[in-house]
Amino acid sequence: MLASFTWSEFAEQIVSGLADGSVYASLALALVLIYRSTRAINFAQGEMATFSTFIAWSLMNHGLSFWEAFPVVLAISFVGGVAVERVIIRPVEQAPVLTIVIITLGLALLLNGLMYVIWGGGDRPFKGGFSSSTVEVAGAHISIQYIGIIGVLALLVVVLGLFFRYTKLGLALRAAALNPDSSRLVGVRVSWMLALGWGLAALVGAVAGMMVAPLQFLGPNMMQAVLLYAFAAAVLGGLDSPVGAVVGGLILGLTIDLLGRYVGYIGSTLKLPVALLLILVFLFFRPGGLFGSVATRRV
Amino acid sequence: MSLLELRNVEARYGPVRALHGVSLNVGEGEFVAVLGANGAGKTTTLRAVSGTVRRNGDVRLGGKKLRTPEGAARAGVAHVPEGRGTFAELSVWENLRLGSYTRRGSTKEDVQRVFALFPVLDRRRDQQAGTLSGGEQQMLALGRALMARPRLLLLDEPSLGLAPLIVKEIFDVLAKLNRDEGTAVLVVEQNANLALAAAARAYVLEVGRVVVDGPSDELRANESVRRSYLGY
Repeated sequence: MLASFTWSEFAEQIVSGLADGSVYASLALALVLIYRSTRAINFAQGEMATFSTFIAWSLMNHGLSFWEAFPVVLAISFVGGVAVERVIIRPVEQAPVLTIVIITLGLALLLNGLMYVIWGGGDRPFKGGFSSSTVEVAGAHISIQYIGIIGVLALLVVVLGLFFRYTKLGLALRAAALNPDSSRLVGVRVSWMLALGWGLAALVGAVAGMMVAPLQFLGPNMMQAVLLYAFAAAVLGGLDSPVGAVVGGLILGLTIDLLGRYVGYIGSTLKLPVALLLILVFLFFRPGGLFGSVATRRV
Repeated sequence: MSLLELRNVEARYGPVRALHGVSLNVGEGEFVAVLGANGAGKTTTLRAVSGTVRRNGDVRLGGKKLRTPEGAARAGVAHVPEGRGTFAELSVWENLRLGSYTRRGSTKEDVQRVFALFPVLDRRRDQQAGTLSGGEQQMLALGRALMARPRLLLLDEPSLGLAPLIVKEIFDVLAKLNRDEGTAVLVVEQNANLALAAAARAYVLEVGRVVVDGPSDELRANESVRRSYLGY
């Protein structure tokens, strides 16, 4: 049942699993950023990320290099995320969570359609910011691109962590998510904090999109499978825990890569069902995930 | 001119009217108490000031109309609500930092001042606020309010559920702030003896209306106030 095994190939699989995991982790992080403050899952997170990636693609077609386009896309995505919250979420801020979820579903459809209109359907190659060659480490051929993706996620996590922990704005964002009423009493503009959360989520999602596009092809539906993996990662880690999202993403990436490679009948076709199975198992046995808190309700 | 002015303020929770035209004022640096039985509208009066309840009528601080809770905080109102409103999941230190959210510049001195007033908070600075005792939480709530350097401090039942020694400690701090720094205080209290001892003036509420008001000494001498609220 086990496919042929060599240590060098195992190392290569670990790196590729971590790279995939990094992409899931960053999109899961984006989901968590919005979930924490609104208790709603943003089903448009994947399409928002793809949209950002298309913007990067357009900029690169106009002569910018990947790393020149990168910060521009992050800025545009942030502003776009804030704008989306102000225009379509703010009117329903006080509405039940389900309303917000349905609206994000609508937003996903809208963005998907817009991408077909603006850039057309079909997949196209996307040249990323890292060399596609490999380096040899102790007999294993390690992809530079994978290492780059892992590095970018690590940097993103560190920067976000410092921001939330040590800046006044980061503290206000956390406070607004934890206790909106008390936040208002100390002068935090809670509604704007929600918008900032959307902006940050869009930015983080854009990073995921620009990292995953070179591994696949860029098309309007690029992030749909990734979004499912990100859900699984977020549920695994605990939907309200940013640390959980990152750990969940990495565990999920490793698990399904290794299962796909070494357990013959899973292959690449059964990876997605494995992710869904993980969601199911966790919701059943540990609804709060690895790091999350369980919401209890007295009836 | 008074610092805080409420004129004909009505407030409601859904269809239930809690305030029927309350007018009161607090002067610069004045210590004022609001007395009344359960359900008289004391808490609602404070919430009307900070804008955390739907209300009609005029609420002004230094002549400027207060609208939203954020706006009130930015104008210099620090509201320590019922149940204290601390951030249970955040550390003591983070709670204090949030208190100074609306201010610019260094707040080191203010933190030192709060720690000097309540040394126990210094010892617990990295602990989650939710793990503090009731008395410590009340000190944290007050400390957080002071971090804003408020012009007006609103306190909702600061003595509720606390041991007498801690109540005394908290009221001593309030008196000191009011005397030394001229911070105006509007306090709601069930414990009328305590409130009248601390405040210079008081209002008595009954079913959402002010029925009596005046200097604390006068109220203490008032026959019906004495019987209904002071219990002797």
